[in-house]
Amino acid sequence: MLTLYGETLASRLLLGTAQYPSPAIMAEAVRASACETVTVSLRRETTGNRTGGQFLELIRELGVRILPNTAGCHSVKEAVITAQMARELFGTDWIKLEVIGHHDTLQPDVFGLVEAARILSSEGFKVFPYTTDDLVVAERLLEAGCAVLMPWCAPIGSARGPVNVDGLRAIRAHFPDVPLIVDAGLGRPSHAAMVMELGFDAVLLNTAVAKASDPVAMAAAFAEVVEAGRNAFLAGPLEPRDMAVPSTPVIGKAVFE
Amino acid sequence: MKLTVNGEAQHVTATTLAALLDELDYAPDFLATARNGELVPAAERGSCTLEDGDRIEVLSPMQGG
Repeated sequence: MLTLYGETLASRLLLGTAQYPSPAIMAEAVRASACETVTVSLRRETTGNRTGGQFLELIRELGVRILPNTAGCHSVKEAVITAQMARELFGTDWIKLEVIGHHDTLQPDVFGLVEAARILSSEGFKVFPYTTDDLVVAERLLEAGCAVLMPWCAPIGSARGPVNVDGLRAIRAHFPDVPLIVDAGLGRPSHAAMVMELGFDAVLLNTAVAKASDPVAMAAAFAEVVEAGRNAFLAGPLEPRDMAVPSTPVIGKAVFE
Repeated sequence: MKLTVNGEAQHVTATTLAALLDELDYAPDFLATARNGELVPAAERGSCTLEDGDRIEVLSPMQGG
């Protein structure tokens, strides 16, 4: 079981709710994934419009935990007020904290991230920081009050999969007791399997599922490999070796020449 | 009174945030509001007095990753 800020979850898959062909397909994908946590956001509402409320009711019908994000925020102030408004709107102190530092890569502004994490943690938020695999930043985030870290494995929406496996191994090794969720950059189930085999506690996906030809089938596929990857990690995978090692014993082999 | 609501200039007669939402035809149930960069909780909208030039943000849930 996965424990995040005292909440126990059976599923190690967290799913975003954006970019699906329709709300109905989004809902079906969430059900197919068996995930228990979905990310949501908040945006300016137009006058007379009710779409925000309809969306929230759809999410509530799914019976999943809500993890609001501060997507698109480029400053500490913006991220903090957005988090406060999210808490008000969604009734949860969980917040996926994004402070974006670069338009093209959507790389986190890790300096602003640490500052915002400190402010929000002091206000009682349970902060899920979208960060890099930098170990020093990770230390600072923990000092700031975070009890979960969410390193990227590639830029958001890039579908590239882990581009720095050594970095992921290092952050896993340095923080063996901190729940680590790979957030951003996963494109295929094999990518999710890889990071789960490395010992990451969970993955957070959106584009890889929502933009697949069949999001519902892809959600189910990810669910299967996340579980398989976790089981493989617990089973202790063999490390790669440079040379061949015979699997069939040679002792007792007949000699004909 | 002249305000900026979600980045757009608005001329309104409302003097409180709650009245503003009503005047602009917002459904108050699924909204989060801020005045001049500070959160205004739903329970405080009725007592939140508006002033000329205020910047109001009215946000609602939407899809996110």
